[in-house]
Amino acid sequence: MSENTEHDSGNVAEATQSNDPVVICDNVHVRYKTLATGKKLKLGGGGGMLKRQRGLREVHALKGVSFVAHRNESIGIIGSNGSGKSTLMRSITGLTPTSEGAIFAKSRPNLLGVGAALIPDLSGARNIILGSLALGLTRPEIDEKFDDIVAFTGLEDFIDLPMRTYSSGMSQRLKFAIATSVQHEILIVDEALNVGDKKFRDRSEGRIRSIRENAGTVFLVSHSMRSIKDTCNRALWIEKGELRADGPALEVIREYQAFNKVAKEAEQEPS
Amino acid sequence: MDMARLAAEHGLERVGGRPSLPQYVKQLLSRSDFTYTLAKYRMQSENERNRLGMAWVLLRPSFSALIYGTVFGFIMRGATARPDDFAPFVIIGVFVLEFFNSSMNGGAKSIISNASLVQSLPFPRIVLPIAKVFQNLLDFIPTLIFMALIVIIFGARPDWDWFLFIPLVFLFWVFNQGVAFIFARATVHFRDLSQVTPFISRMIFYTSGVFFDLKVMVEKINPALQPFADWQPINNVLSIARGILMKDGVVPYDYFWHLAIWAFGIFIFGFIFFWQAEERYGRDE
Repeated sequence: MSENTEHDSGNVAEATQSNDPVVICDNVHVRYKTLATGKKLKLGGGGGMLKRQRGLREVHALKGVSFVAHRNESIGIIGSNGSGKSTLMRSITGLTPTSEGAIFAKSRPNLLGVGAALIPDLSGARNIILGSLALGLTRPEIDEKFDDIVAFTGLEDFIDLPMRTYSSGMSQRLKFAIATSVQHEILIVDEALNVGDKKFRDRSEGRIRSIRENAGTVFLVSHSMRSIKDTCNRALWIEKGELRADGPALEVIREYQAFNKVAKEAEQEPS
Repeated sequence: MDMARLAAEHGLERVGGRPSLPQYVKQLLSRSDFTYTLAKYRMQSENERNRLGMAWVLLRPSFSALIYGTVFGFIMRGATARPDDFAPFVIIGVFVLEFFNSSMNGGAKSIISNASLVQSLPFPRIVLPIAKVFQNLLDFIPTLIFMALIVIIFGARPDWDWFLFIPLVFLFWVFNQGVAFIFARATVHFRDLSQVTPFISRMIFYTSGVFFDLKVMVEKINPALQPFADWQPINNVLSIARGILMKDGVVPYDYFWHLAIWAFGIFIFGFIFFWQAEERYGRDE
């Protein structure tokens, strides 16, 4: 199914590969310090405002993740909730600084998300222009792509209505269509595929595939094993901040599902 | 196995770095369409949300001019350095200062209130304070026309001097932009600062000669402080604007130089100051 030869499920990605590396994660650690905001009333504590104990907690979200992503790969990221998938993606974009280790990339990786640039009070058509500009397209490029984007959303009849009147599925479609109209070199999709109806889902998977074919690299974070199987040729399984498996998507998914099954059974037994 | 070497071999760069200043300027220029469209669309959407729409651009400063005019024109009549032609005097002061205030407050919020945009898309962050101040400039232009109508009602007549508004507004815009850069970064470091900016703008409001003549006031308090009045940038703007618009107004031409030095100094300092923290914006620390 793929040209990937890393069959062992170890943490080490092979350094020599026929394809060019595009993203390199070298022993990445991420530690957060968060303020536990739940107020705890300490009786008889005295001390007053300045001495108040602030619940500073350290979270070790990623514990030494290393891998090399190559041109043309589409990599599924799987793992249970809170395992560090999104943290890993955010550090790849440079938004979460690494506490240890380093991340290298060919160009700045983009998160698939244009929603924040859009203005709900404006029409879908204007938002397509604004969103595309935010993604770095030029005015002539937008003029050229505009009709395609509208056609892809399937919202031709509503494109002149304000975006706030759209249903959540409709605005998700608009956002996806804008975000994928740009040729990304490195694209990160965080659970975007489970929006919309079946017809739209098929179309969006097709888009992801075409981005991959046009010499791009795609990271797909999803809980849907089906969409990972359908779109990715490689998968990384992250559990509790560690890279548990790295290899062909089908194998990693099988391993992950077996692990979940065991965990579920273990949970049910002592009752 | 050495991943750093592998990265270097294939020309990969470390994520989370900051571009050099010339590169940054180049990136910014390539995004000028985005900056302009963002400002224009945001202005339209903000005005469409209210029933009276664009009219609020004029109504807001009119209300404040009315309040200050009442308080300082009638209640405290003759108390201080109250100039002649008080109504147009206060109106020009309040309207012109509005551009500065909205730029300072808007600049302070430009990064922190766009956190999700900053986190999801790569673009030079300086686009945000620039778009905000440009939006304020677009709001300021109808105000300017309204102001001109009012002084005409009070007896002033348009003359060639009125063209001096072009360099004045330009310098004022550059100055406000520099201030917005500084506040945009400062609030990222000290988020609580956005709570303090309203007080700073009020302080500036009461000390810049919006409803009194700063020069006359300083003369009364301590004539040795006159250079302060001559170099106070807001006072520079207000004095020039009044000199241009008011009947028997005299334009203090040397203030143009003072203002130009301020404007470009603050702009360049603000730009570099903002750029120096480019990689920090949007980070969750």
